[in-house]
Amino acid sequence: MERTHPIAKQLTFGEKSLSAIFFALAIATAYIAINAYSSAYAFHASLFSLGSIGAVIAIFLRYRARDAAPAPLMIDGRPNYNYGPIKFASLAALFWGVAGFVVGLYLALELAYPALNLDLPWINFGRLRPLHTSAVIFAFGGNVLLATSFYVMQRTSRARIAGDLAPWFVMLGYNFFILIAGTGYLLGVTRGHEYAEPEWYAILWLVVVWVIYLLVYLFTLARRAEPHIYVANWFYLSFIVTVAVLVLGNNVEIPVSVFSPKSVIVWAGVQDAMIQWWYGHNAVGFFLTAGFLGIMYYFIPKRTGRPIYSYRLSIVHFWALIFLYIWAGPHHLHYTALPDWAQTLGMVFSVVLWMPSWGGMINGLMTLSGAWDKLRTDPVLRMLVVSVAFYGMSTFEGPLMSVKAVNSLSHYTDWGIGHVHSGSLGWVGFVSFGALYCLIPWVYNRRLYSLKLVNWHFWISTIGIVFYISSMWVAGIMQGLMWRAYTPQGFLEYSFVETTEALHPEYVIRAIGGGLFVIGALIMVYNIWRTLASPAVEPARDVAVSPIPAE
Amino acid sequence: MSHSSQHAPAGGGLQKILETNSILLIVGILLLVSVGGIVEIVPLFYLKNTIEKVEGIRPYSPLELAGYNIYLREGCYTCHSQMIRPLRDEVERYGHYSLAAESMYDHPFQWGSKRTGPDLARVGGKYSNDWQRDHLRDPRSVVPASIMPGYPFLSRTPLDGGHIAEQMRTLRVVGVPYTDGQIDNASADLSAQLSADAQGAAEMQKRYPNATFTDSPSKAGVTEEDALVAYLQHLGVSVDFKIYDDKANIR
Repeated sequence: MERTHPIAKQLTFGEKSLSAIFFALAIATAYIAINAYSSAYAFHASLFSLGSIGAVIAIFLRYRARDAAPAPLMIDGRPNYNYGPIKFASLAALFWGVAGFVVGLYLALELAYPALNLDLPWINFGRLRPLHTSAVIFAFGGNVLLATSFYVMQRTSRARIAGDLAPWFVMLGYNFFILIAGTGYLLGVTRGHEYAEPEWYAILWLVVVWVIYLLVYLFTLARRAEPHIYVANWFYLSFIVTVAVLVLGNNVEIPVSVFSPKSVIVWAGVQDAMIQWWYGHNAVGFFLTAGFLGIMYYFIPKRTGRPIYSYRLSIVHFWALIFLYIWAGPHHLHYTALPDWAQTLGMVFSVVLWMPSWGGMINGLMTLSGAWDKLRTDPVLRMLVVSVAFYGMSTFEGPLMSVKAVNSLSHYTDWGIGHVHSGSLGWVGFVSFGALYCLIPWVYNRRLYSLKLVNWHFWISTIGIVFYISSMWVAGIMQGLMWRAYTPQGFLEYSFVETTEALHPEYVIRAIGGGLFVIGALIMVYNIWRTLASPAVEPARDVAVSPIPAE
Repeated sequence: MSHSSQHAPAGGGLQKILETNSILLIVGILLLVSVGGIVEIVPLFYLKNTIEKVEGIRPYSPLELAGYNIYLREGCYTCHSQMIRPLRDEVERYGHYSLAAESMYDHPFQWGSKRTGPDLARVGGKYSNDWQRDHLRDPRSVVPASIMPGYPFLSRTPLDGGHIAEQMRTLRVVGVPYTDGQIDNASADLSAQLSADAQGAAEMQKRYPNATFTDSPSKAGVTEEDALVAYLQHLGVSVDFKIYDDKANIR
């Protein structure tokens, strides 16, 4: 690369246009803040305004500090990877993770000891619960997906990520969305759809961020040296594209006013229910499954030093998984006013979905062929592998619960809560922890401070999960049976509140399990903090880390 | 380490095309994920038997609508369902199973997914206004083993009803049949539902048959608690199941 002529430093087109857009946004949102119908909305509009001003300032400060020439794509024949946004997202994931787990623990304690609601609006169960679900799924999980996908897209393409400001826009913009959504729940701004609570203006912002995310991904892939797109990227792409479709589909709404946080969704009742659970189930399918399978397909082979078990299996299970998942939504609506034909379709496809799910599990687990011994010595790998085992378990439990006869017992009970947490704590949580334990040392050029602490994290969290899910199995099945119990005279045996009372011990055990999971996460934070505080090591592992080029 | 995808272009010609072209890959993904949603969702909008024809369903009164907003805001749906399944124990515990028509004006639906507390689809009229108020302020004063949070702040918070007509107008755009008269009189009807003696109470009840007066104890105007009580008292009371013919809609 020749650089004989010094280039005069200029604002790029991106810097100019983005500052102009943010400047306009700052003024528009300030105007909205002044005229807002509610104080919560005024607060949010002010955040948008301040954030936009901050963005303009950040762009100019960055301009002053940067070189005249754009960052080189290659240095000494090697890709000049851009790790800055990855570092940000992986630490943001840790922050949101701990925050989300702690809120979850507090919710568990509120159910066991309702006085903890303190009669306050902001921390009552109904407002905190969306904060918990969004913090762990979209804030923790979302940042893990952003961090790992930005890493995987660069490494498997052997190319620097596309865009200069764009990757930062995606990272910071996404986390700003989380801030708006999360504070909104506490202030009572919600659409009232589970896992889709953010109001219209937060969704508008998210859509912009998401489109840029997809473009960054596609333009980075366009730089790839290998003709074939590696399997992890298929999963990430299906996650990005399908989540866009789902969010757009479930947010067809009309704002009451531009000055009101409230919107009215176009459809009602039964159609709204079907579309919500089409969204809701596939948020699980594409956000929490496809995205994290992308992580599995990169980090497990990398950590074991073995290739993926079967390329053919990955093709079959990928296409089968994304095709079948979409159909499974109606199993959330068994025996409701949704027409029977839709319920039956949902049940049948949910049961069939078991197969491609286990295809992924088998492909992940069997990648350890010839390297099973590493499970004894590498607790990070153990975390990754156990996550896949939990994935297998909850994707068996799911089809089981989607059978109408089982669902008539399990639905509306804590069995559902237990099922969700075996998937989220066991699969999503562990695969994220495992990936972050790999990723953070890689992008910071550090050696992980302590494998022993990873081992403690692993065992404490695993015991926590076992407490959690087994107490919820007992609670759910017990309550389901009590609801339908009859006396010999043919009367209902229990009043509703008697079944609530019976759950108290299980709720306490669940809180203990959640507490253990929080302790595990805090151990991880300490371990990562010590890792970052340690001196940098030479990034000489490139030979071992980068894939062998295609022939 | 090697990625097998780079060594084995197996999977047939189509797979090779898709995994070497990112645009075709996402087009392929989009096509596959569209099928299930289209098949399951689109017919619900045109099959006539999706929502049965029932007498008595009407849009919410302004006070009920304000209460519905509070029900959403406080996340009541995270612990209470509004969907009674046609199972023996549920019908005996809660009443007639829920009909699709009963939530046809709920934007959004509030069927819920979890019963930490009981189903509320037919809670309207089951308890007195006073019971509802005591229960909201301090659930354990009336149900000692309840684990519901207390909502005493609702009775102290004046209702922000200034924009309710705007919301009704927006709801009309998406198909809720509010009349001009209903929208024009929204704020009058809001306070008229506080008591049977209130000004305009009779007109309000003409516009919203079956609307329950909330016997507001507050002299300082409408509170959020009034609105929530009005909403709860209206849940599940629209259809008269003594005359409802469940064979008329059989499919």
